[in-house]
Amino acid sequence: MNLVLPKLAVRAASDVAWRSVALQGWGRLGSAPCQAARPERLREAAAALAAQNGRNIIAHGAGRSYGDAALNGGGAALLTGRLDRMLGFDAASGVLVAEPGVTIADVIRVFLPQGFLLPTPPGTAFATLGGAVANDVHGKNQHGAGCFGDHVEWLELMLADGRTRRVSPTQDPVTFQATIGGIGLTGVVTALAVRLLRVPSNAMRVRRQRIGGLDEYLDAFRAARDATWSVGWVDALAGGAALGRGILETAEHAAGSVAVPAEASRRMPFDAPGFLLNPLSVRAFNAAYWRRVPAGGEERVVHANRFLFPLDGIGGWNRLYGWSGFHQFQCLLPEAEAPRGLRRLLETVGEAGAASFLAVLKWMGREGRGMLSFAQGQAIPGFTLALDIPARPCSRALLLRLERVTRDHGGRIYLAKDSALSPQGMVEMYPRLGAFQEVRARLDPAGRFSSDMSRRLGLG
Amino acid sequence: MAAPAETWLVLGGGSTIGRAFAQRAAAAGAAVLLAGRDVGELERSAADLRLRHGVPATSVLFDALDLDAHRGFARACATLAQGQLNLLLAFGTMPSQADCEADPAVARRMVDTNVTGAASVLTALAPVLRGQGGGTVVALGSVAGERGRPRNHLYGATKAALGVFLQGYAARHARHGVRVLNVLAGPVDTALTWPLPKLPFMASPATFAAATWRLARHGAGQAHVPRVWAPVMAVIRALPNRIFNRLDL
Repeated sequence: MNLVLPKLAVRAASDVAWRSVALQGWGRLGSAPCQAARPERLREAAAALAAQNGRNIIAHGAGRSYGDAALNGGGAALLTGRLDRMLGFDAASGVLVAEPGVTIADVIRVFLPQGFLLPTPPGTAFATLGGAVANDVHGKNQHGAGCFGDHVEWLELMLADGRTRRVSPTQDPVTFQATIGGIGLTGVVTALAVRLLRVPSNAMRVRRQRIGGLDEYLDAFRAARDATWSVGWVDALAGGAALGRGILETAEHAAGSVAVPAEASRRMPFDAPGFLLNPLSVRAFNAAYWRRVPAGGEERVVHANRFLFPLDGIGGWNRLYGWSGFHQFQCLLPEAEAPRGLRRLLETVGEAGAASFLAVLKWMGREGRGMLSFAQGQAIPGFTLALDIPARPCSRALLLRLERVTRDHGGRIYLAKDSALSPQGMVEMYPRLGAFQEVRARLDPAGRFSSDMSRRLGLG
Repeated sequence: MAAPAETWLVLGGGSTIGRAFAQRAAAAGAAVLLAGRDVGELERSAADLRLRHGVPATSVLFDALDLDAHRGFARACATLAQGQLNLLLAFGTMPSQADCEADPAVARRMVDTNVTGAASVLTALAPVLRGQGGGTVVALGSVAGERGRPRNHLYGATKAALGVFLQGYAARHARHGVRVLNVLAGPVDTALTWPLPKLPFMASPATFAAATWRLARHGAGQAHVPRVWAPVMAVIRALPNRIFNRLDL
């Protein structure tokens, strides 16, 4: 993979500099060699689009998508990490205007002390705002607050021809809907306006309770419907009567603030050796984790970051799964199908002995705005389950079984996490895919925006 | 918010290091003037500094090659500054040695920017610094200026020239409270170095800016950033020619 762009072409397109890089998704399932530009100014981003020399291109932010959504093997990548400026904030409306490379952590660091939180923080604060748009991310308050796109006032979208267009729910709404959750395939977001959430403090009152099994879990989530924040951790290796046991966390904003915790102090210093991660060790870890919460439950006031981003405290936690990496599987099942569907999913993982530290269960109640938003259609309201599956020779087959179960129960798979969905599954799970492809054909007739994921899913 | 005690003028405010240093200065409560050619871009960076750090931040048009404008620019900066005006000289170009040899215009443009432009603007700003009773001048030199290497000796020559200029500038204005620091920079992960093959001891802009900021508080003369370059360059400077000339550095 040498840089074959002729020097003159680089010059002509002002200062675009390309470099050979190997990009990885957060699951570290292998790396995708590509040519990458890393613009620091807007016109450099436009020049990169103009000078891609026939290669297709995809925007790449913090690399927190688990699978191949932001990878483009053999093509080009536009790294947005240095387009990271906050451009404006209106304290009266809470609307923040920012460039796509600004991270969620940046927003929280600056605005939480002023009483504002990102409206739908996903499970990591290291993701970028551009990535939040591309994946229409959701948080532990999805059932009430919806997805990230619901709070976006407008986007500046750089199209394949290098021109920038402002889109919003009222201005070119079709392009807006295609871009929200559109996994970067409509263009590059160069700025966005998002309405932040006003909060009384930087702290949350978190209640943790033990849940003995799956049916109890679903009831507990329904009972917690009025909680502003709720999320469940599931011991994916517990079987029999204990299938689906776990810990439900619900939270409300506390009235007063607490001290700000130090930023990520612990780090995974190396790839964990594969033998550490076997069903026995994970089973023991999960059981211990479950027992950590007293039988009668507990309640604590913690800094919002502790509740929202528990894994961010361990830098590079993805190395826990060793050098071979891991898949993450996240699906959404309609409420009526959830009891049977979740049971079958957990049984399928259990039978495969696929050790998963972190299974997360969450109630979702609001549809997203994007054509490819995860929270959509008949699966809303519903339950979403996320599982880590360490990469093994047999894990692809397991993911195929999980896809089939999801499909049988009218569910869908989350693209931000995905590394294995089939093209057929994509068509069945995303009914607005046809409309999405029409928008792409109109905005980008030459098909310049493309990724490993889009090609795997048959989207071109 | 209390009025800032100092204002940092960043010449080359749109550069990677200029932006990173401005973040560091603003985080410490200093006001910032971002000077460069692309005022639209600088204004975006200035907005970011205001939002993140709550300090005054303004963009100012500055072109190193427009020598006639430098005096007026210096006066404008004096008017805009709150508290003591200090400055970071962070502009410069680094075309490849091959491009410089192939096209004399490219070479001249680099010399005009890195040497003539730098000397001119620092000269224009000297009365402002003396007038306020002193100030700090931090300039980005380079390890490339310590010994001419086959790979970038024209670029290195511009930084060596800047270094000699700074020595005399420091001596001339020292008794008026002007403190001058020449930062001999190793490779930093900037837009300039992005297309180059992997370089040794590459520093992130934030790390580089933090180290430079610490030095800027009281340092003078010259200093390597990152510090690992001090012993490395001591060895490289000491190599006899017959060995040095056989290495492809």
